Amino acid sequence: MSCDQCHEREAVINLTQIVSGQITELHLCERCAAERGVEGAGLPAKSPLGDFLAAMGKSAAGDEIALSPGSLCPSCGGSLKDFRDTGRLGCADCYRSFETELRDLLRRLHGSTHHMGERYTPPGVEPLSDQRVQQELRDRLRLAIETENFELAAEIRDRLRVLE
Amino acid sequence: MIDLRLLADGGLGWLDASGPSSHLVLSTRIRLARNLAGRTFVGRNSESERERILQDVQSAARDSVLLRRAVPFRLDRLEPADRQLLHERHLVSKELAGLDPDGRVRSGAAVLVEDRLGVMVNEEDHLRLQVLHAGFAPDAAYAELDRVDTELGQRLGFAFHHEFGYLTSCPTNVGTGLRASVLIHLPGLVLTKEISKVLQGLSQVGLTFRGLYGEGSEVVGNFFQLSNQTTLGQTETELLDHLGKVVRQVMEYEEQARQVLLRNAPAIIEDKVWRAYGLLRYARALSFDEAMNLLSGVRLGVGIGVIPGVSMYTLNKLLIDAQPAHLAAAEGFTLDDPELPLRRAHLVRRVLEDDVGRRG
Repeated sequence: MSCDQCHEREAVINLTQIVSGQITELHLCERCAAERGVEGAGLPAKSPLGDFLAAMGKSAAGDEIALSPGSLCPSCGGSLKDFRDTGRLGCADCYRSFETELRDLLRRLHGSTHHMGERYTPPGVEPLSDQRVQQELRDRLRLAIETENFELAAEIRDRLRVLE
Repeated sequence: MIDLRLLADGGLGWLDASGPSSHLVLSTRIRLARNLAGRTFVGRNSESERERILQDVQSAARDSVLLRRAVPFRLDRLEPADRQLLHERHLVSKELAGLDPDGRVRSGAAVLVEDRLGVMVNEEDHLRLQVLHAGFAPDAAYAELDRVDTELGQRLGFAFHHEFGYLTSCPTNVGTGLRASVLIHLPGLVLTKEISKVLQGLSQVGLTFRGLYGEGSEVVGNFFQLSNQTTLGQTETELLDHLGKVVRQVMEYEEQARQVLLRNAPAIIEDKVWRAYGLLRYARALSFDEAMNLLSGVRLGVGIGVIPGVSMYTLNKLLIDAQPAHLAAAEGFTLDDPELPLRRAHLVRRVLEDDVGRRG
């Protein structure tokens, strides 16, 4: 059977999708499947967390490298190496201490870095008004565009759309 | 020995087979991962910090409306058989119960239980709020859990980040911290060998599956737990709606598979389910896995109308009571007693005979 997309190569992957209750079945060659972000059928699904944790300790050549001892979370003393070894962070501040790495990981794990769910206001704190939240987001959107961080800008814009 | 009678309905209200689509879906479980602001996560904190967290959570629960009568079980003070008992009731995870192969129970590990609600304390996160509903009921379950989350959130400060949402020890749970799982029985798809396609399809729509006991557990008796994979970037309602849509689709596939079996191989399928029933009625020794697989056959037989009269409640109850720790506790045996398979067969025979007796 030839690939439903390119009609050239042999189809090796059957992709069944359920979109709005409708089932569609596609027969794809490996290349077209990869373009659609589908991993090889029958292979164990790749775990982004596992890949990320494995990759963190490797240099480009694939050798184990020691992470710089400077990269410790000032609050809990945890390092990225600890995270790599255990898959768990030491404290809430680790999200700030290792923000760059984690942002990248969150995007791969969840396809997003933005919490869209319920907002939480700790006890004793005035909740932010919708207007304040929107104003903050607009400021951050401007900053993201100025620094040419377009991916972040797109995410913030999406969030603003939801709020508006 | 712990006394589970302390719990209203023994913590088993969710197995009463009264919920929506209960012929296919046993239960809907939702959990929210939460951590206390300003405290080190469980993996790096000390015994005394975990103790303080437990005290704070208990005190917040006492002040709340929904958890003020919650019964606390301290896993760190229980024998392994009792910990396994709580795990078999789906009240605590394997990790909290210290039942992982290399696992030891962590000091301060506890669970508070009130009816369908529970809070695991000092699990992977400081708090795991959870709710178990009978049948397929994600919306009702979340509505109840959301109220507990609000109540505790007003009394304890949760770790929350303006962009990332609720912060969790593992980044796979960050954002909403919400994992909803539906425990579903899919023998039709297994028998028609369609199941692998369905399970592969799940991963493509952002869902994942696990066995009867959740993370890291094997599939026994054709029971699958379907749950959301991601927790960030969508609202709670979106996550639940998506899971609900896919589960409804899977239920439809299962119904279709059962129709195919009945249409194409009625004699074979009738023989199969009646054999399962016959073995359960008369066998003298049953391993847990065998009992689960036979119960799965009988459940299918009841579901497609081939075996009349056996109630889903009876089957659900056996699912719980035939488990190793439950059986051992009821019979006063240890978990490794070689007589357990005999006692299990005896229990199953007796319960099924009673079921027949009730029908006259």
